[in-house]
Amino acid sequence: MNKWKKSRAAARAKEIWRRFCKNKIALAGFIVLSIIVLVVIFANVIVPYEMATTAAPKERLQAPNAQHLFGTDDLGRDVFARIVHAAPNSLLIGFTVSFGSLLVGGTLGIACGYFGGKFDNLIMRFLDMISALPGSLLAIVMVAVLGPNMRNLIIALIVGQIAGFARMSRSVALSISEQEYIKAAKAGGSSNLRIIFRHAVPNAAGTLIINTTMSISGVILSACSLSFIGLGVQPPKPEWGAMLNDARQFFNTSPYLMIIPGLAILITSISINMMGDGLRDALDPKLKS
Amino acid sequence: MEVQKNIAPLVEARNLTKIFTVSRGQLHAVDGVDFSIFPGQTLGVVGESGCGKSTLGNTVLRLTEPTSGEMYFEGKEYSKANRRAMREMRKDMQMIFQDPYSSIDPRMCVSDIIAEYMIINRTYPTKSEIYAQVEKLMDTVGLAKRLADAYPHELDGGRRQRIGIARALSLNPKFIICDEPVSALDVSIQAQILNLLMDLQDELKLTYMFITHNLSVVKHISTDIMVMYLGKCVERAPSDELFSDPKHPYTQALLSAIPIPDISMRNKEIQLIQGEVSSPINPKPGCRFAARCPLAQPECSENDPALNEVMPGHSVACHRVR
Repeated sequence: MNKWKKSRAAARAKEIWRRFCKNKIALAGFIVLSIIVLVVIFANVIVPYEMATTAAPKERLQAPNAQHLFGTDDLGRDVFARIVHAAPNSLLIGFTVSFGSLLVGGTLGIACGYFGGKFDNLIMRFLDMISALPGSLLAIVMVAVLGPNMRNLIIALIVGQIAGFARMSRSVALSISEQEYIKAAKAGGSSNLRIIFRHAVPNAAGTLIINTTMSISGVILSACSLSFIGLGVQPPKPEWGAMLNDARQFFNTSPYLMIIPGLAILITSISINMMGDGLRDALDPKLKS
Repeated sequence: MEVQKNIAPLVEARNLTKIFTVSRGQLHAVDGVDFSIFPGQTLGVVGESGCGKSTLGNTVLRLTEPTSGEMYFEGKEYSKANRRAMREMRKDMQMIFQDPYSSIDPRMCVSDIIAEYMIINRTYPTKSEIYAQVEKLMDTVGLAKRLADAYPHELDGGRRQRIGIARALSLNPKFIICDEPVSALDVSIQAQILNLLMDLQDELKLTYMFITHNLSVVKHISTDIMVMYLGKCVERAPSDELFSDPKHPYTQALLSAIPIPDISMRNKEIQLIQGEVSSPINPKPGCRFAARCPLAQPECSENDPALNEVMPGHSVACHRVR
């Protein structure tokens, strides 16, 4: 029986993969993202971590050259090494925050939309309270109270995002729970949990995936602004956003210092968005060709 | 179909009431309805839009909780049964929904939709047995095997409704509520689905409650007919009798509105109902139909007419019909 079930699930996964591969843009996004993930995994093989953190005042502010592929920054650190070793931090923040807030906010939102009533009111009013505070201010306060490090930064950013995710998934769940197939599932004896996971979540998946992938790039940028005021990733640990901010004062003389981390963020977020877009289409049987 | 009245009814409701609280007051969707359906019978429920037909169907299956009243299935009261008991009950009572476009999950393929109820209720121990049963059901309702892996959006309304029927049949129910199962379909397909439902009834000894606003459909399929107006049952009679000898002025008006495909009848005067349906919110005392009734007397707006049996098996709720 299990084998039979597995083969069925495998066939479905294969079908989704086939549809995903047909979308060339999504595939390109996937390939670029895979390369970035490989860079993250083999960061120490590509270039030693010390290169990214050791200051060499004599070599400061060199334009890109054969020895320093992306040049050096104001402390003489190799920018290429910093970009490579920042990738794990930036990606970790982007992914954990986006998927973390999807998990918490999405669960709350779907539960609110599906159950409605007092539960819905209570949770949503509480989230309104959170979203009444500006997200960055909330994050600053939380990090300042909890202490500045990666873990607290991630928690603070997730808290700031929950309300938005909850509101979005609640509206999706509301429109789904009015569909007659939910009533049909009840008539067949489905429990609420089964209805949520079997019917509500798959039907909401498209919207949720898009919103999650779209938020990753925003999260990387929010993390950078917090790093800038010293509440995020702590120097000398490299982080794309922090690098971008550090480079501002040298923009006239050494524009590459800003352009390179900017491009890193841009390429990462575009490839994630392209992949997310293709994933949504591949998961939707209506777009099957 | 010969109906034996001496055997116990399969489904019975007494004084079934469903009141929704809306911002403007109390909406009486179903107001003190009684009915009983005997095994193998089909009770047709007719009435215009908004008269509480669908709410009645949902309430009988307890997809909507009744406000008051009693409901019996095989003699067992279930209007207050708990979730677990209700889950068992629903194996015997199923529903075919009105809109085949929204009543099946667009993300699931045909075989999964039909299998879903059997998986939930663990009807068969293994998945392969369940999917073998799915194939049989697809065959029963006239769906080709090649459609097993298709998704609903690839199918037309008739085929989708067949999926809904197969799903309703999957738990081997005794009683099926058909909530306007053909009103969303093309006329040519309506007949196919109606014939399928009638064949299934003969084969599987099913009992139906058939909700519709279409009088020709209800005549075709029902043994008994219940006419509803604003949440109340105004007339109940065996199908043939209701069509040949309607008593309630509302029923008479409804029947006279059926187009007759005969040129010699062209000049026959149609008895149209005047006015609008009054609001079901906080209804005034008296007969709900009084404001539009050609026979209305002062008495009619004073007290509610009770459902009286005027002939064996034929009941009417009207002060003017005795």
